[in-house]
Parts: sequence; structure tokens; C-alpha cells
Amino acid sequence: MTASMQSSVGNPADSKRGMNLTLRIWRQKDPSVKGKMVTYKVTDISPDMSFLEMLDVLNEQLIMQGDDPVAFDHDCREGICGMCGLMINGQAHGPQQTTTCQLHMRSFKDGDKIDIEPWRSSAFPVIKDLAVDRRAFDRIIQAGGYISVPTGTAPEAHATPVPKADSDAAFDAATCIGCGACVAACPNASSMLFTAAKVTHLGLLPQGQPERNDRVVNMVAQQDREGFGGCTNIGECSAACPKGISMETISRLNHDLLGALRAGARPKS
Amino acid sequence: MPLDLFTVGDPIADTKAPTDVPIGERWSERQFRGRLVNPANRRKMTIIVVGTGLAGGAAAATLGEAGYKVKSFWYQDSPRRAHSVAAQGGINAAKNYRNDGDSVHRLFYDTVKGGDFRARENNVHRLAEVSVNIIDQAVAQGVPFAREYGGLLDNRSFGGTQVSRTFYARGQTGQQLLYGAYQALERQIAVGSVEQHARTEMLDLIIVDGRARGIVARDLVSGEISTHFADAVVIASGGYSNVFYLSTNAKGSNTTAIWRAHKRGAYFANPCYTQIHPTCIPVKGDYQSKLTLMSESLRNDGRVWVPKERGDDRPANDIPEDERDYYLERLYPAFGNLVPRDIASRQAKNVCDEGRGVGPGGLGVYLDFAEAIDRLGRPAVEAKYGNLFDMYAQITGEDPYVTPMRIFPAVHYTMGGLWVDYDLQSTIPGMFVIGEANFSDHGANRLGASALMQGLADGYFVLPSTISSYLADGPFEKVDESHPAAVEALQGVQQQTQKLLSINGNRTPASFHRELGQLMWDFCGMERTDEGLRKAIDRIREIRQEFWSDLKVGGDWHSFNQTLEHAGRVADFIELGELMCIDALHRNESCGGHFRAESQTPEGEALRDDENFAYVAAWEWTPESQPPVLHKEDLVYEYVHLAQRSYK
Repeated sequence: MTASMQSSVGNPADSKRGMNLTLRIWRQKDPSVKGKMVTYKVTDISPDMSFLEMLDVLNEQLIMQGDDPVAFDHDCREGICGMCGLMINGQAHGPQQTTTCQLHMRSFKDGDKIDIEPWRSSAFPVIKDLAVDRRAFDRIIQAGGYISVPTGTAPEAHATPVPKADSDAAFDAATCIGCGACVAACPNASSMLFTAAKVTHLGLLPQGQPERNDRVVNMVAQQDREGFGGCTNIGECSAACPKGISMETISRLNHDLLGALRAGARPKS
Repeated sequence: MPLDLFTVGDPIADTKAPTDVPIGERWSERQFRGRLVNPANRRKMTIIVVGTGLAGGAAAATLGEAGYKVKSFWYQDSPRRAHSVAAQGGINAAKNYRNDGDSVHRLFYDTVKGGDFRARENNVHRLAEVSVNIIDQAVAQGVPFAREYGGLLDNRSFGGTQVSRTFYARGQTGQQLLYGAYQALERQIAVGSVEQHARTEMLDLIIVDGRARGIVARDLVSGEISTHFADAVVIASGGYSNVFYLSTNAKGSNTTAIWRAHKRGAYFANPCYTQIHPTCIPVKGDYQSKLTLMSESLRNDGRVWVPKERGDDRPANDIPEDERDYYLERLYPAFGNLVPRDIASRQAKNVCDEGRGVGPGGLGVYLDFAEAIDRLGRPAVEAKYGNLFDMYAQITGEDPYVTPMRIFPAVHYTMGGLWVDYDLQSTIPGMFVIGEANFSDHGANRLGASALMQGLADGYFVLPSTISSYLADGPFEKVDESHPAAVEALQGVQQQTQKLLSINGNRTPASFHRELGQLMWDFCGMERTDEGLRKAIDRIREIRQEFWSDLKVGGDWHSFNQTLEHAGRVADFIELGELMCIDALHRNESCGGHFRAESQTPEGEALRDDENFAYVAAWEWTPESQPPVLHKEDLVYEYVHLAQRSYK
């Protein structure tokens, strides 16, 4: 067995090995206590590491020193589950328009100071350190982000052709991963882009028409109840969105909302 | 085989499939013979579902719609995070929309053959039948599958088949299908039929009077360990590829739910059947925390090659055409770059072993799109694979439109899992296992775009139908936390948790996990030998001892403690790793993803031994220091003729 993958894999092409960095990280034991920024040093960080792998290195050191490792959410580490999300130097997911797990240390240079904070929004309370509770998003989906089609009741898939342009646009909106960067980036902490992405995805498809009016009024009412701020069309959300969800979705939501209200749709209390 | 590694127990049989009728009628016959629960009684019954991926999310939603009380558990913050979300390529269905000769029977045949004749005919045929309903269901939910200009659904071809039956949503098919199931689940949560337990991990199974009646689970935020009860338990916790540490699974994906159920009596079937995916981004360094797969749909248009000469370290674009070896096209002219995953992976290993690998450490082969870009134009390639190319560029810092991608195999999927009968019920009555967590449909190798199909088939259609036959005997006598079985299970989990925290040694959970993973990759990976597996078993036993004497986990269990979560999962991976090696050692043949160096054809292809190994190996856990017991379920092939797989 010579094809051994996990050890002795150096990268001779690396010219930038061994960055030394100063990290200032938000530490907060639990929601009941006040948090603060704490400074850590990490050394010999490879530019090919992902940002989260850099935090892994720090945490291994902290555990061995008997210190509490930094809590942060992550799972797939391939940019699709939406579980990770950090404010890095004040930017949601950091300097690249991607998820935190797909940010690589080649975006930084030796000697950099990096501030790392959790998502900022009162609707996303801190659980510990950098991990926040984003279940408010699930409750917005519960309010109407679905098509009511119990298992087994579906017609033949080709019964309703869907124009390719509509289908493609619905797909673009449906790629939202629910990470919350839009909220974290927004000065108002608005969840409008998240909600608009789902309203757009389902509202563009023929299957989504019967519930279109109720969906939009109920999802918008729910995001207000969760304490997200109002949308003032600043656009930070879309600029920070790792999936590039477009501001057009917000226009579409507003269009649908007006139409729904004029048609008499009202949110469930 | 020395008896000290395992003993052989009674054979078992899957008795639920009605084999007295032709295969095409067995599923409907089983549904007809099974008993139903009337809607009024469903409200009186509770079902626990662990996991919210395609199988678990679909099952929880469907059972809630049917009127049962469902308790749904997941370890992430939201059910939308389950790792099904990362599946890229597509989902198979025998719709024959392309009019290219596809049929339920052909999908059945391809899957049995692709599984190298180690899957059950009955289950696979049912899977092929149900496949068409899945597409209908997903489209009705608003899953935005790729479409043609006429508005109809598009299809593409995938490895191991010669028809185009794969439905896809750009490179994010799993994400879109999962969101369909997730939205259906959230709808049920909203109406109150499903009770949600976010960030909660199952740590044990509670069995009362021989029936699965509940679970012990830890709330990962508060740290509270508590008991939860039901009339039946459904486990949909996914696969165990993370036993290799590096895999394409999510970091949190683990074997704990199925392993602890195994230790409570559920047989574990074919643990050594793992799938190594041929198209992953190669490893860069020892800090690497996970591997990233790129959909094998890339092999539709990408051409795999290495230099003809060993040690040729020129940049790819400087190597002239006649000095390149398109080895898959050369070795398998009929299927070319579309050979099944196990073959593509092993051939990549072979050329790297010959010293012809490319990139750091010589552990990679090229996947080249130059010809496709010439033929189709860059916009067409972008439309098909844009997000995969972006992902590759993001991770490697290289532009795959200009330089060929470098790929290398990585562990991706586990065909093995808990043994289930045709009803998807484990050897513990009342405990059902669905999706990747069970072993049932893929034999020794899974074909591309079949995992999504199986997860949704189990979750939407099969389990909700078969579980009623079991629940028709219910509701069962009420059980609460004071029951001795519940007390025993709860205390066992608390003690183990306390033990993990109190060792206070010198190694982190990640350090043990890495060492185990390296060992599994080296000796129980793409090629396995008698000698290597024995070495691995000895070393795993030592690692296990070191783990329980030298582990270091800080903090306590009454709070959010991710190191503690990891430690518990690694403890289970270590035990599972040993069983995988024993299974791989006992199966002295090659089949699908299980390649034993001692059993190959003169051309180096996997050589099955049907006379001795045409069975499912179902392992029974035995208490400490006793070897596991092997129960064999004979595989019968009535409809697909056993043959040496050939893709030449």
C-alpha cells in the first residue's frame, strides 16, 4: 500500500508557509454572561488551510493547555450546509464572498490581526462563544415556506411543464443555505433576503401558486415577530451572501406582498 | 480463520418479502398483506425518528402527515443541515423520459449488477419501482430540477449505466431534495404533529420487553441527558465514513446512533463495504479536516489521465497528447470514464502506485475538460458544472477552466449498516433503520445517484407503509423514565460521559480520530490484505486501550461541549473500526468496494467467490472480551444471472 493519503503530504509548491497570526475572538460562556474579546496567537499557519482548520489548530492547543476551546458551529465544511458563519474583521464570512468553511488562509498574510465574532443579531442569540441560535429561520419556513403536498398525493412529474427560465430563476433563489450571513451583514439585522429567497423560489413555480399569497404574508409576519429588523434596501445582505442570492428576490417579495395584501390575504395570528 | 476473532451463529433470513409471487408484485403484495393502523389509532402512537436527512426528514414528515405523533431528533441547529444537503450529482428514477430503453427492470438490473451481486433482489426491485414516485413527489414540492427549453425535466447519464435516468438540480441535487423534505417537515412541526429536538444527540436505545421503546439523548446545548419514549424508533442517522477521519462526510456525521443500537442487539451487516469516491479534491496537508467531493457527473465530460512516464513533473498543459495515458478509456473502451466508482478509484490508486500520480506527493490524477470546452464551448461547461469548478478553484487556488483538475479517491459512502428485513426493521422489534444507516440496497458498491433515491424511497414510501404492520399491535404499554430499562440506559450514558471527562490524559479526541482514520485508510481502504487487516485489528485494540486511559477532554457535561461530543463519537468509531476489519478479513473475496488483494483476476479486477460468499454478513455484538458472532443471510438470485462484472 503506497498510496497513503493522510500523512507525509507536504506541499513543496508552498512558498508562503508558516504565517503567524494574532486572533481576537469573542468568548462568552453562555447567554447569561457578558462576553468579551480575548487575544490568541497561532503560529505556522499554512495558506492552504481553511479558516476553520486554523481554528481547529487553536482549539487543539487550548485543549492541551487545559483551556476551554472556542465553540463554533460547522458541519459539512464544503460550503453547502449553512452551519458555519463568523464575523471576520467585521465582515460576514470574511473577505471573500463564500462560507467561512470555504475561506482559506491564503486570504490573509503573515502578521495579520484577525477579529472573530459571532453573527450580530438579537434574533440570533449567542449559545456559546461563536455559536448562535438560528432557529428563527426555521420558524419563518414553518410560517409558509413550503408547498402543501402530503407524500403520495403528487401528480405525474411531467403533467405540468415549467418554463426553463422560471425553473432556473427558482433554482437560483432556492440555493439559499440559511446561514444567516444576510442578517449578520445588514445594519438593521433584517432577514429579508432569506425570506425573499424562499418566497421567490416557490412563487415562481406553478406548484407554488395556490399558497402564494398566504405564504408571503405569513412569512413576513413571522420575521417581524422574531425581532429581525426592517429592510431598507441597503444591499449588504446580497453582497455578503455566499450563494449570491440577488436583491431582485426582495423586489419580488415586495411585489408579491402588495399583491397579496390587495387580494385580501392577512397573516394568521 | 482463527476462532478468536469471531464465531459463527445461526443463519438468518429476510422472511417478509413474499417470494411466492413474481418479483414485480412483491412490494404491492407485501403492502396488501401487511396490517394497517386506522387514522384514529395513529393519533395514539408515538414514533421517534433520529436524523433529518433525506430518509429521516422524509419519514418524519410523512409519518406526521399520516397522523402519528412524531418526535424528531437532530444534532445540528436545523434539520436543513443534514449531510444529504451535500449530495451533488443527482437522483435516479426509471421514468424513461429519454425513451432510451430504460425501465424499472433495467434500473433494478443495473443496481444489482453495480452492487456486484451482494444486494437483495427484492429490496432493489422495490427501490426501482418506487423511484418514479419520488420524482413526482419532489416536483410537486417545488424542487427545481433542471429542465429543457420545452419545460420538461432534463436527465443526464451517470457512472455504471448506459441510459440517461438521472434527474438533477445543477450540482446541488441533494440540497434541493433535502429542502423539499425539510419544508414538509417544518410544515408538520408547525401543525404540531412533529415535536422537534434540535441539537440533540441519541446516545442509547431503550428496550422494554424485547421492543425498542425509546432513546437516551443529550441536549448538546444544556448538556442535559434525558430519556424519550415511543411505540417505535426509526434510526436515520446516516453512514459511518468518518471512521476514516478524512472523508467527504460532514464533520459531525457519526456512527453513534447505529453503533449503540448495535450494542443493544441490532445486527450490523457488511460493515466493511465502503465506497471510495473517485473524484475528490486531493489532500494538501496534515491539518486537513475533511475531503471535498466533486460530483462524478464531471466524468461525463472530463477525461481522466496521467502522464505515460513515471515522475513526469511537467505542468499538465505542457504534456503533449501522445505522452498522456487516458487509462480508463484505454482499459474500459465500452464505459470509458464512466466505469463504476470502485473501478475508477482503484485504477487511480494503481497509476499512483506506479509512480505516475500528479500533484503533491504524487497522489492525484488529472480530470481534464479541455476537450469538452472545445466541443461544447465554455458557457455550456459553465452551465453544467459551474458551481463545481468554482468550488475547486476556491479550495485549491487553481482555475480548472485553464489547468486540468487534480482528483484523488476519498471515502464517501458506506454500503454497510444495521441489518434490516424487507420491512426495514432491525433485529430489535420496533426499531427500524432507513437510508444510509441500513445496509439494504446497494450490495458491495453503490451506483451514483442512488443514495438520494434510496433515502427518499425509504423515508417517503417504504417505511411509512411497513411500520404500520408493526404498530398494528400497538399502542404498547406506557413506559416512562422510572422503568428499570430506562434507568439503566440513562445511568449507563451518564457514567460513560463522566468517564470520558475524568480520564484527563494527554491526547485529544481528534488525535485518536486521526490515528484511527489513517490506520483504516491504510489497511481497510481501497485494497485490503489478510496481513494488513490483522495488523490493523491489533493496533485498533491498542488504540482503544490508549483512548480510555490517555484521553483529554476539558469542561463538563452540563454545558455546550463540542470536545465531549467528539470524544463519544470517536469511542464508537474505534469499536466499529475493529468490526470493519474483522468483516473485511473474513470476507476472503473481492466484491464491489471491498477489494482483497488475494482475490483478483489476472487483469487485476475484483474476483468474487460466489460459492463461499454470496451472503450478507450480519454481526451480533457480544459483551466485552467475547468475539462477535457472524450470522449469514444467503443471497438468492432468481432474476439477475450471477456474472463477473464487466465494463470493458
